[in-house]
Amino acid sequence: MTGIVALYIFMLAAFTGYEVISRVPVILHTPLMSGSNFIHGIVLVGAMVALGSAQTPLEKTIGFIGVLLAAGNAVGGYVVTERMLEMFKASGARARAGADRRSA
Amino acid sequence: MPGWFSADLVIQVSYFVTAVLFIMGLKRMSSPVTARSGILWAGAGMAVATLVTFLYPGMSNYALILPAMLIGGVAAAWSGRRVAMTNMPQMIALYNGMGGGAAAAIAAVELYRGGTEGLASTTLAVAGGIIGAVSFSGSLIAFAKLQGLITRSVRFSGQQMLNLALLAAALVLGGLVIAHANATAAVVTGFFVLALILGVSMTLPIGGADMPVVISLYNALTGLAVAFEGFVLNNAAMIIAGTVVGSAGTLLTQLMAKAMNRSLGNVLFSGFGDTGGAATGTVSGSLKPIEASDVGVMLAFAHKVIVVPGYGMAVAQAQHKIWELCQLLIDRGVQVRFAIHPVAGRMPGHMNVLLAEAGVPYDLISDLDEINAEFETADAALIIGANDVVNPVARTDKSSPIYGMPILNADKAKNVIVIKRGQGAGFSGIENALFYLDNTRMLYGDAQKVAAELIQAVKAVG
Repeated sequence: MTGIVALYIFMLAAFTGYEVISRVPVILHTPLMSGSNFIHGIVLVGAMVALGSAQTPLEKTIGFIGVLLAAGNAVGGYVVTERMLEMFKASGARARAGADRRSA
Repeated sequence: MPGWFSADLVIQVSYFVTAVLFIMGLKRMSSPVTARSGILWAGAGMAVATLVTFLYPGMSNYALILPAMLIGGVAAAWSGRRVAMTNMPQMIALYNGMGGGAAAAIAAVELYRGGTEGLASTTLAVAGGIIGAVSFSGSLIAFAKLQGLITRSVRFSGQQMLNLALLAAALVLGGLVIAHANATAAVVTGFFVLALILGVSMTLPIGGADMPVVISLYNALTGLAVAFEGFVLNNAAMIIAGTVVGSAGTLLTQLMAKAMNRSLGNVLFSGFGDTGGAATGTVSGSLKPIEASDVGVMLAFAHKVIVVPGYGMAVAQAQHKIWELCQLLIDRGVQVRFAIHPVAGRMPGHMNVLLAEAGVPYDLISDLDEINAEFETADAALIIGANDVVNPVARTDKSSPIYGMPILNADKAKNVIVIKRGQGAGFSGIENALFYLDNTRMLYGDAQKVAAELIQAVKAVG
């Protein structure tokens, strides 16, 4: 990847991020922050590559910490976001779910 | 196998798919109808990217990679499953800090090895390193503060100067690393130590009320650090995901600061939570108490009731009882709405999560702009554990510290019922003029107990 292509990717991704959430309602601020927190957990793949190529004990130690932290970011971010969003339901859906429970 | 097929191709195509899944997932997460599926899409993207990374050419140290993933992943899954919804803000801070730390660790591995090629690559490794390290230590402080491990906001004169000096020193060492591609390990170490101290010293003076904005800012910074390290490692998935989070997080930080009536500069460079001195405004009138049974009758025969929950309700764990009460009212044909102020929880949107946990459907919940015109047509406004966000002095009294903050117009309702533990001022120590209005009645007691009494009272109406 040449520098200028990387710069284009950077610019386009920045606009994408801005546009994608530009009309988010306040009620979703907390889960969305948590969700975007999960997405930068992609740092895990970088940490894996860094540790995978580490040679000295120092590099291996730091790489190990990096993978451990990155895995925590990705997994923890997913679990709490999923827990929060799972609770968001509309009246209609809830009424149907209630009816299902009663008929079961 | 055809000649064009290779592990590298599989990795590149998979990363492309991951980037698409992330962006679409984030898009879906910005509407309550599709939000649930959004995180599933993004999760699928993460799983794909992680799995194909094992195919990376020249990878070794699997005996270290797998245990590290397992320990970090299991610990995070365990803590994420059992954390209470009220403590969600600090958990997000913690996981975010871990991501920042990981980005800094990647930079450290590359810089200690002298493995970066070219000026641009080294510069980005250094930039990602300092941002990641600041986000790491800063987020840990934010976590400690919200968790109650640090209760004081450390402030002293010249603090901003010290922070600037720390930043300058870190940048000088970073510059040395960039200038000499094979800088000594001591310089690299000094660079990271200074960056970590900077994160701590930047975050310590910030008050708890402003912490959500700071967490959101560190979230955006971590995204940026991940993108920079993605350039260093030539990893498109990291560049795209990190940049998307960086810009989305910046926008989200601005939205949050706006919802809280604070500017980002204000948050970072001035101490709130101190709430400038004692409130001087005198309030005339008297507090008029009321019994739960009377309130029950009033609510049962109302056409429209607007509930205004505050963090006090969540502390009392009253949201389930309140929703039970509201369901009784809805069954009687009463129109019930929940009005949420942006700072009702501990971060914008937090109260919505707490209500959702209790089972309140999101279409009954309205934010400030949607609901404020409706108070005039409401028979009763039920205020539970909220205080400053319904204080009308924010509209009128220029000397009040909360002057200018947008508030919920609960005072416009025909009747205002305030459920409150006892007499006393709110979080900010400001007397609430709403409590003294002619149409306001005070219902004293623990929110959960009062809600149970109200349920009985409404049932008694029959």
